Parts: sequence; C-alpha cells; structure tokens
Amino acid sequence: MFLIETKGLNKIYDLGESKVHALNEVNIGIAPGEFVAVMGPSGSGKSTFMNVIGCLDEPTSGNYLLEGRDIGGLSRDQLAEIRNAKIGFVFQGFNLLPRTSALENVELPMLYMNIPTREREERARAALRMLGLEGREHHHPNQLSGGQQQRVAIARALVNNAPLVLADEPTGNLDTKTSIEIMELIVKLNEEAKITVVLVTHEPDIAQYSKRIIRFKDGEVVSDEAIKKIQSSESNRATNDQYT
Amino acid sequence: MISIPNTLKISFRALRVNKMRSSLTMLGIIIGVGAVIAMLAIGTGASEQVSKQIASMGSNLIVILPGSTTSGGIRMGAGTTPTLTSHDADAIEKECPAVAEVAPVLNGVAQVVYGSQNWSTGVVGTTPEMLSVRDWPLQSGRNFTDQDIRSAAKFCLLGKTVADNLFGELDPVGQIIRIKNAPFTVIGILASKGQSPTGHDQDDTVYIPVTTAQKKIFGTSFPGMVRSIMIKARGPEYLEEAEAQIKELLRQRHRIGPRQDNDFTIRNLTQMMQAAEQSAKVMTLLLGAIASVSLLVGGIGIMNIMLVSVTERTREIGIRLAVGAKSWDIRLQFIIEALTLSLIGGLAGIILGVSGSGLLSHFAGWKTIVSPLSILLAFGFSGLVGIFFGFYPAYKASLLNPIDALRYE
Repeated sequence: MFLIETKGLNKIYDLGESKVHALNEVNIGIAPGEFVAVMGPSGSGKSTFMNVIGCLDEPTSGNYLLEGRDIGGLSRDQLAEIRNAKIGFVFQGFNLLPRTSALENVELPMLYMNIPTREREERARAALRMLGLEGREHHHPNQLSGGQQQRVAIARALVNNAPLVLADEPTGNLDTKTSIEIMELIVKLNEEAKITVVLVTHEPDIAQYSKRIIRFKDGEVVSDEAIKKIQSSESNRATNDQYT
Repeated sequence: MISIPNTLKISFRALRVNKMRSSLTMLGIIIGVGAVIAMLAIGTGASEQVSKQIASMGSNLIVILPGSTTSGGIRMGAGTTPTLTSHDADAIEKECPAVAEVAPVLNGVAQVVYGSQNWSTGVVGTTPEMLSVRDWPLQSGRNFTDQDIRSAAKFCLLGKTVADNLFGELDPVGQIIRIKNAPFTVIGILASKGQSPTGHDQDDTVYIPVTTAQKKIFGTSFPGMVRSIMIKARGPEYLEEAEAQIKELLRQRHRIGPRQDNDFTIRNLTQMMQAAEQSAKVMTLLLGAIASVSLLVGGIGIMNIMLVSVTERTREIGIRLAVGAKSWDIRLQFIIEALTLSLIGGLAGIILGVSGSGLLSHFAGWKTIVSPLSILLAFGFSGLVGIFFGFYPAYKASLLNPIDALRYE
C-alpha cells in the first residue's frame, strides 16, 4: 500500500479571465519509507503538489489518499488533525515561533493534542537531544544559528511521530556546509527511523540525497525515476562524513 | 484541542511582549470600569441621602398652612393670615378616615436658658401625636400626655442640638430650663434626626404643649390659633384621599362658598420628596450610562489592538495551523487574550473606582456608596466587553488560510 497516492489530481486557480492549471492529472504513489525529491522550475506546480499532500490545500478534482484514507471533503479541523498526527513540516524559512524557546517550539504540535505537560516536555527534550541540540532547549530562535533553527524545526516535525515529513526547500536559507549537515540528518532519519520524506527543491545537488526524483513542469509530471548515484553525489557523501 | 492553562500561558506571553501596547489598551477599560463604579457610587450616595432626608421628614406627611391675605391686590403668600385652629386639627383627626395622626403646630423663635448657658432656638407648641407624625423617637425621657396638653403644663422635649448646647455632658431630663423666662421641666430628649432636605438642622428645636405655647409663650390673635397642622396619612396610597377629605372638611368649617378660594394651603411633602428621590435615581442611571460609554470605547480599543495583533501575527497563526491547531484553538487563544486585557483592566478599574469614590467623598464631601452590585456589574460588563470585542478578531484569525498565513511577511 502507498503512504501517499494521488489519482487524477487537478488544481485549477481561477484568476477571473484566465484559469491556471497548477496541477494537471497528477498520478503518483509514494510507498512508506521512500525518500522522494520533487523538482521543477518555479510555477511548475511542485509547491501546489506539496500543499495538497500536506493537507494544507484541497485539490479541485481528483483524489488524494493518505494511508489509504481519502482526504477529499474533510473539514478544516479534520485536516488540522491529520496534519498534526501524520505530517511533519520543515520549511525554508524555519517558521519557528519568535520569542519562544526551542523547547516550546518543539512542544507546539503536542500542545494541540493535549498531551500532559510532563510528557510533552520529555518528548521535546528527547527530540532536541536526538538532533544534537542538548543544552539549547531554552534558547530563542534569534539566539540560534540557521542550522540550529532548522534542526529545531525538524525536531518539531518529528516529535509527534509523524510517518511523513514534508521538507520545502529546507536548505534554501542555509550555507553549503550547513545544508550538507541538514541533508545528512534527513537522510539518516529516512534510513534509520524509516520516515517517509518528500523534499521540494530546485537544487540538483540537494535532490541527489533522495532516492527518487519527480520532476514537474506546467503542472504535469514530466519524469519520475529512481536515482542513479552519480559521481558528484558520491564526493558529496565523502565530504559529509567529516561532519557526521 | 488545546487546554485553557496552555492558552492562558500563550496569551500572557503575547501580552508581555507588547507591554506598552497592552497597558494602554487596558487603560481604556480601567478608566471605563473606574468611571462606572465611581459614577454609580456618587448616584447611589445622592439618592440614599435623599431617601434618608425623606424618612427624617416623617412618612406620608401632609402639611396644612393658613391661606394668604390679599391686601390692595397684593397677595402676601401662604401663612400670612392665621386661619387654622387646634379645633381644625381635632376635627381632621375625628372626621377624615384617611388620616392617621394629626399634630397642630404653633411655633416661634425664643431664647432658652439653663443656668449660665443660653441658646436661641425654634420652639414648637404641639401635641403628643407630633412624634408619631414625624416618626421621631425619643432618646430618653417621656412624651407629653393628653393631660399635659389639657392643663397647659410647662413641660418640654429638647432636640439633640439644644440639649447639647445647654447641658453638654449633663443629663437634661428632670432639669428646669427657662423659655422666655417661664420655667419648663425637661421631660424628654428627642433622638437625633440630622438635616432636613433643605439643609435645616432639625435637632435645633424645643417641643412644648400647644396649649402652653398659645397661652403663655407666643400668644394668639384668636383662641386656639395654630400656625400649621401636620398630618400623617394612613399610608402612601391614602395621601390623595386624605388631601381631598381635609380640603372638604376645612372648606366646610371655614364656611367658604363654592366660588371662593381656600383660606389654607395643603402641601404634600412626601410626594415632593419622592419626586426628588426619583430624579436622584434617574441621575444615577444617567451617570452610569455615560460612564458605560467610556467602557464601550475601551472595548473598541481592545478590538482595535486585537485586529492589529492578528495581522502582525499572521505567520504565527500559520505555523500553529500547520502543526495542527484547529479553528477553535486559534479563536480561543485570541479571545482569551482579549479577555485577559479586559479582566485585568476591570480589576484595576475596580481599585480605581473604589479609591476614586473614597477620595471624592473625602475631599469634595460628596456622599458616595460603592455597592457590591455595581462592582460585580462593572467587572462582568468588562468581561463581556472583552469577549464581545475579542470575538471578531479571533474569528478572523481562525479563518486564515494556513498557506497564505505561512507566506505572510
């Protein structure tokens, strides 16, 4: 069974005079444990695709099944519940709450599940520890480096044990060295914790960390292939090993 | 769903971040609640004072004054022609069923002397019924008896002010004082009644039997003359009936023809005072209403700030929605924020209102009464204002689209 399955997914934005086909008959299946990169130029529909599979947006027509459940026609609050339990988000701009400690940022998804304070704190601490942020629990985002902020965001994405992590240009705001660190981390999560990762990026280097690349153009899937490890990626791996 | 304590924590943090803005917003509510409490305190104090004065006049009171003389076309005003007698008083008591008690009054100013002390005061000749007509209890001693009246005894009752001025710490009962040089035995002291509605010290008086006043102190232009008659009706609902009966009786007794004017005037003091009391109540309501407007303005201030806050924190709302906050979670967060502003403002406003009323009565000498009800009302109202004006911004926040909110710069 697929974790993510779309059948004839269409998303049409009605701009009055013209209609924009952001997604055009997209049929994709992603199995649990996969690491998929979604690529394409801006306006290709990759972000719309992410929003739909992230249950942030609903398709105009077609079906989206998450763990076999059709999310079409669900209410706002039902979608929120699914996001909370099934999906972890990692954004380009980190999207941490300002003036709020790393610990409380990680606790945020559990706040809306009404998990008791003690358990919430323990799980958040464990997640931060796993991401090498021990001792930074009470730092605010503006006291952390970009890489550290993104790791807090990843901890937040993982803390509810969501089976799916959606990463939207997670390294877009980071320097090369930090980008490699973050990508290594995501690879590790995928390989060791068997978390399904869908990564949106326009950087080929970053996409190389995945095992499958889906390319979008004008709302359509133009290619969908398993990755052949190429030389540059191998050398990347070699450099990365210094940091892990 | 998020729990209330966690929501409270989020709200407090948000309010702390913008301390200046939060406290200015609260100031609107503080002033509003403070004004409502202070205004109601002033109004309640005023109407309480009026009520007290009415009670001090005696309830269901009717006063009959002699009519006016007309001399050469110039009317001289009520009481210028002595037309009333003690017999009128007796007749009213006997023949008017709506009347409970009657006390004739023959009064004047006289010097009263005890030992080396002397005092000028109003001396009132009357009957034992006077005390019940005016609801005026004795502090000590006894009232006159009918026998005292018949025999024109030289007994007197002292008002508190007179007793204090002549006797100081001594007990006046049984002592002998001189009124216009005639010796009178003090048989009782009247309880303190305080000021009349017109500001006159009601305790500055001496009561003597009406017969004694007529024969020995003031004299009369014809036998049995009195200056006025005070009447207590059976109850508030009998006031008009009593007035009509008295008018009928006195016209008959004074032989006034059908086309002639009355030679007396009937005044219903209670009605006058009730009107005053009513207007005091209306004033309280009016003051409260005006103060409520400022509370309303404070509420609009909250709404304004909450709308700004929702816009500023669009991204935060987007993050919360993305990680699984439901509409209600977001709504609750902003409503609680508004409620926190208004309730803290309300509490501070209560302190301001209560202390403000205290200062007013202390420095301006106005009587103020802060009723627990007005505090509860103002506090409850501020809470409602918070919920009412917080709801729309909260609702707006909860409807944000998570994608747009996350992208908001």
